[in-house]
Amino acid sequence: MATTVDPKPSEAPGLRKCAATGFLVDERGRQLALANAVAGVVLLALGGAMAVVIALQRQGLPVSDDWWYRLLASHGATMLLFWLLLFEVAALYWGSTMLLNTRMRVPRLAWGVFGAMLLGVALAQWAMLTGRATVMFTAYPPLEAHSLYYLGVLLFAGGALVAIGIFFANLVGAKRDGSYVGSLPLVVYGFMAAAVIGVYSLVTGAVAYGLLFAQSVGLLDSVDPATYRLFFWGIGHGAQQVNLAAMVAVWYALIAFTLGGRPVNEGLSRFAFLLYIAFIHLGAVHHLLVDPGLGTSHRIMNTSYLLYLAVLASLIHAFSIPAAIEVAQRERNRSRGLFGWLLRAPWREPGFSSLVLSLVWFGFIAGVTGVLMGTMQLNMLIHNTLFVVGHFHATVVSGTTLAFMGISYYLLPLLAGRRLVGATMARWQPYVFAGGVALLTLAMLLAGRLGVPRRVADLSYENAPVAVDMFATGQTPTVMVLVSVGALFAVIGGIMFVWVMVATLLKGERTDRPDTALLHAFGAQERERGASEEGGAAMLTGHDNGLSARWERFEAPGTYLIVLVFLAWFVAMYLLAHFNLAQTWPVG
Amino acid sequence: MTDTQEHDPAPRSTLLPPPKRWWGGIGPDERRWLSIAFVWCLILFSGMYIWMGIGDQQTPIESYRIDRDTFQAEAEEFMAAYAVGEEDGIPVVAPPPGEDVYLQASQFQFRPILELQRGHTYRLLVSSTDVQHGLSLQPVNLNFQVLPGYLYVIRLTPDELGEFSLVCNEYCGLGHHVMTGKIAVVD
Repeated sequence: MATTVDPKPSEAPGLRKCAATGFLVDERGRQLALANAVAGVVLLALGGAMAVVIALQRQGLPVSDDWWYRLLASHGATMLLFWLLLFEVAALYWGSTMLLNTRMRVPRLAWGVFGAMLLGVALAQWAMLTGRATVMFTAYPPLEAHSLYYLGVLLFAGGALVAIGIFFANLVGAKRDGSYVGSLPLVVYGFMAAAVIGVYSLVTGAVAYGLLFAQSVGLLDSVDPATYRLFFWGIGHGAQQVNLAAMVAVWYALIAFTLGGRPVNEGLSRFAFLLYIAFIHLGAVHHLLVDPGLGTSHRIMNTSYLLYLAVLASLIHAFSIPAAIEVAQRERNRSRGLFGWLLRAPWREPGFSSLVLSLVWFGFIAGVTGVLMGTMQLNMLIHNTLFVVGHFHATVVSGTTLAFMGISYYLLPLLAGRRLVGATMARWQPYVFAGGVALLTLAMLLAGRLGVPRRVADLSYENAPVAVDMFATGQTPTVMVLVSVGALFAVIGGIMFVWVMVATLLKGERTDRPDTALLHAFGAQERERGASEEGGAAMLTGHDNGLSARWERFEAPGTYLIVLVFLAWFVAMYLLAHFNLAQTWPVG
Repeated sequence: MTDTQEHDPAPRSTLLPPPKRWWGGIGPDERRWLSIAFVWCLILFSGMYIWMGIGDQQTPIESYRIDRDTFQAEAEEFMAAYAVGEEDGIPVVAPPPGEDVYLQASQFQFRPILELQRGHTYRLLVSSTDVQHGLSLQPVNLNFQVLPGYLYVIRLTPDELGEFSLVCNEYCGLGHHVMTGKIAVVD
């Protein structure tokens, strides 16, 4: 094949050829990716255990207010920062070495970074769980925490920053060594976008937490709360943009793993990643939309990602990912009519179900609610209510976490060299997890519409000087039961995932070819066949698609209809939100 | 099939380097979707300006820096001037319409309890004397951030009668769940 390098082990000392993929593997890169991913999953399990207590306290589990806040603080940092960033570091190492047939640069430094990040996690957890840092993930000053808490988060973020540097060193090295020809694979390109966004997220985060650390050790008298908020949201939301870009890259990888497909127009997908890099960071200002101190133009230009160009990028992916699935299915003649490709899709394959469930919930719920809260005036109805919490559980739990779980079913066997244990469990896991998170997020969004404030330990307000009984009566208690039930189902799905991972890691049969399907994803079959008869984007002609002539001129007619339905939902929610806004008191 | 496709087949995986020419132009359905999506983005963008023209609910932007002690002193002066009673140790204040209304957030209460007249517009001057708080007016469901050192001016026109709750929706310490307040709207 003209476009892929045939790996020549003789020219690459220290690398071995992977029997499963035909790619060259650097043992040190493999171990590093595995270690970071495993540490991430351990923290995911820890965060899930905390979620159980947080959810059940709402239904009467006796937990002191103090402990509830401690667990809430730790749950937030554990999930939003620790689990996701560690897994992303694993993905960056994997993408920049194994996918490029190149060696891991500075492995010792990478191990040092890993140690520093774990030390950071340990310090921060110690401070949070002993009640020395009950300031929540946001840590807004003038609330104060123990200086070791700030130091812990700084160590973790600084470590992640160096890990991103190592990722870029691997990319540059691979290019210089000529271990791949032409452009980066799309998945690695997506990881690169995540890494670039990660750089400015982590730098602004280091400034924010650095200011607080300096204050906590007496170097600064005070930190201006508004300035802090501006810097903090650089990482507070920036880290979620890293998750977004990494998740989209993983979606593209899952298409390869489960269908062997690629986007109809890869250039457009790359362009969308570029739009993320250029514009997505501006949107972080939507956290400041009802803050004092900012002008109207500043708010609108930033919260709209400058004309919503980052939303445009997401809308591109929203088309090109289902289109890639549809085209791959049609090429294999697994399609009749407009939507036959969906019926005959590999729904029993955990990577495929994770991909679709993650994509659908991210688009219809997370993306749309995100744009609503980022609309300047609508934010007044949403700011700091449970609606916000519903939104970000839809993005990072049903979106990013589910996508990361999906790819783990392929990555872990590859990285650990073991056959997957518990395939049946893995088959059901995405549905249980996604179902639970779907209930959780919808109930939280509803609670937010009812005005339920976030981060409140006791919604009955029974110890408050001025009584507030509106959340102890009416619909709110029922909705909060649904939140708890959803959380429990999601945690059951999480346990199923962790069980498969642990069982595979410890008990899986050792093999160098964990899954033959992987051969296809990595193009090994094409390489062996010389790719003579297959390939190329325009494969539709000559196939019987069962489509009427009207649809023949579309490359992906089913997808086209799906995105139009999505847009109609988007428009309807936008209008409904403004209708709600118009009902409230005049304000300005 | 064209020559390029035969000699330069796209590897069918996103994990592999793309063909040399991966920019093959935009397909017809992509072109259509991209145009529709971009128009929607422009509508979302102009929507905020359009609502500024037609909506009665706007994001407050008037704000000032203020020293915490100054704010507290001014708020106390305001409460003393228009106090009409006391509930649970918190002053109940009925300012005349048009007067600036101070609302002080602190760990863990909103002071004072306000009595406002329906249909009149008040300038609420909101700030915190200690940490950050969230001003959440319920069940009206209007929410604002309250920062120490900053005075946020919220112009509010109550248009229904009754008692409305204030709850803090920014975590402000271990008493966050007892931080409440009240606004009564009368004729």
